[in-house]
Amino acid sequence: MWTSDLTLMMLEGVRDTLLMTLMSTLFGYLLGLPWGIVLAVTDKTGIRPNAAVYKALDVLANILRSVPFLILLILVMPLTRAIVGKTTGSVATIVPLTIAAAPFIGRMIESSIKEVDHGVVEAAQSMGAGTFTIIWKVLLVEARTSILVGVTIAIGTILGYSAMAGVVGGGGLGDIAMRYGYYRYETLIMIVSVVLLVVLVQIFQTLGMRLSVKLDKRK
Amino acid sequence: MAEMIEVRDLSKTFETDDGKVEALHNITLSIQAGDIYGIIGMSGAGKSTLVRCLNFLERPTSGTVEIEGKDLGAMSDAQLRATRREISMIFQHFNLLMQKNVIDNICFPLVIGGMKKKDARKRAQELLEIVELSDKALSYPSQLSGGQKQRVAIARALAANPKILLCDEATSALDPRTTQSILQLLKDINKKYGITIVIITHEMSVVREICSHVAIIGEGHLVEQGRVSDIFAHPKTAEAKELILKGSGTDRRTLEDRQKELMKGKCCVRIVFSVNSSFEPVIANMVLKFGQPINILRADTKNVEGIARGEMILSLPDDTQMQKEMKAYLTERGLAVEEVNGYVD
Repeated sequence: MWTSDLTLMMLEGVRDTLLMTLMSTLFGYLLGLPWGIVLAVTDKTGIRPNAAVYKALDVLANILRSVPFLILLILVMPLTRAIVGKTTGSVATIVPLTIAAAPFIGRMIESSIKEVDHGVVEAAQSMGAGTFTIIWKVLLVEARTSILVGVTIAIGTILGYSAMAGVVGGGGLGDIAMRYGYYRYETLIMIVSVVLLVVLVQIFQTLGMRLSVKLDKRK
Repeated sequence: MAEMIEVRDLSKTFETDDGKVEALHNITLSIQAGDIYGIIGMSGAGKSTLVRCLNFLERPTSGTVEIEGKDLGAMSDAQLRATRREISMIFQHFNLLMQKNVIDNICFPLVIGGMKKKDARKRAQELLEIVELSDKALSYPSQLSGGQKQRVAIARALAANPKILLCDEATSALDPRTTQSILQLLKDINKKYGITIVIITHEMSVVREICSHVAIIGEGHLVEQGRVSDIFAHPKTAEAKELILKGSGTDRRTLEDRQKELMKGKCCVRIVFSVNSSFEPVIANMVLKFGQPINILRADTKNVEGIARGEMILSLPDDTQMQKEMKAYLTERGLAVEEVNGYVD
């Protein structure tokens, strides 16, 4: 039977999932944005080629991205405990989520920036713009739409990862689906959790795409 | 007139996967303040690399570039950026910021230069008036035509009061009419503000239209340079002749082909009339004097630096003695005469 307690639990699940997803996206971009910018700028076709820096960040991104998220979750537990004080619950899950998201976000930022027409960069250089001016006033501005599409994709992916963290008591809707649906065979609760996850992804996707279209001045 | 740009022994070699490619070889040229200087060549000749060496977007492999006597190669990054603010550039594909509106695009170089936003906007408005686009201030580049985009790019290039304007194939993406209006605008800017303009192009018509001097680049070498009127009247090299003959534009291609057909195996000369020689009916008189028919393969007048110049290609009779006498006759009457047989092949 569906009780008001269950409704409350579901609402808390939604809250926890949103908290994990949005905070991890935020921290993920705090790390991933500079990561991607440095990757794009130091690449041999970038405005400040630097093979050593590029290679280091490139390899690190590949290593982190090739570790399956569930393994990463367990691997970084000591770090999680050091930062948050515990390894379960939605707040603790933000740590591995951020670590998993950052290189992925970095790659998306790198590719968004590389899409910017080189001619515009050349024009800025011909006006005497320095590296930082070009990054802030040309690359990030021109790549804006593509970066926003990336944010939408990142939120969807991180939301999926956050549900995976439910396996080890990560909190949120994924946790509920695991505990009730998998361990106690309460199929209804599992289905409701999954439907809520789908709805959340749908909302972020729609909002993100609308915003990026609205901010795109190319047409 | 002072030297504005001085290029000495400039070479540029690119390292590619297939080995070294020498794009420019020992280029030496000087451009005076206030000139409209054309750099012309076929595509792949290295002219775009050359113009990028003038503001060090490309660093030359060897040789020097001096702007008003200051060596760009000896400058620190900061000095180089400061110097670049005095050398503006416009491009074939305009290279405007697509996510910024017209006025913000024009403000861009000013903001880089540290001007306050309010002052920059005021200056941008003035520039929009110069390029006659005041009503488009809040439009985005994607809403403008090619010609309008290039006008915005010109306004942006003028924003920081540069001494030099580099134009890299600036009219190559535009239709003939728009090209005309952009060239007229560049001419006006040169006259009004005394800005030295360097024009990179593969179209002789552009050079003829507005340039005072021209350098012809072929396969990375500087093959000929001088006043446009001199080179037009007395082209010395094969590259120059080819560019001049092709200069009439693509719409005459079929005519040219026919001409080439007619020129095959004949002794042909190209003569150029200056102002004075246009009075006497030289060709008619020559026909009467020698009693031999002359085939006129092409006749044209072109405006070179504001002076009308006639150009004709004549096919002379087969008799070599007669040919010699006819050439002498034409030369006597002050016409520039040269054989153009070499061009046919």
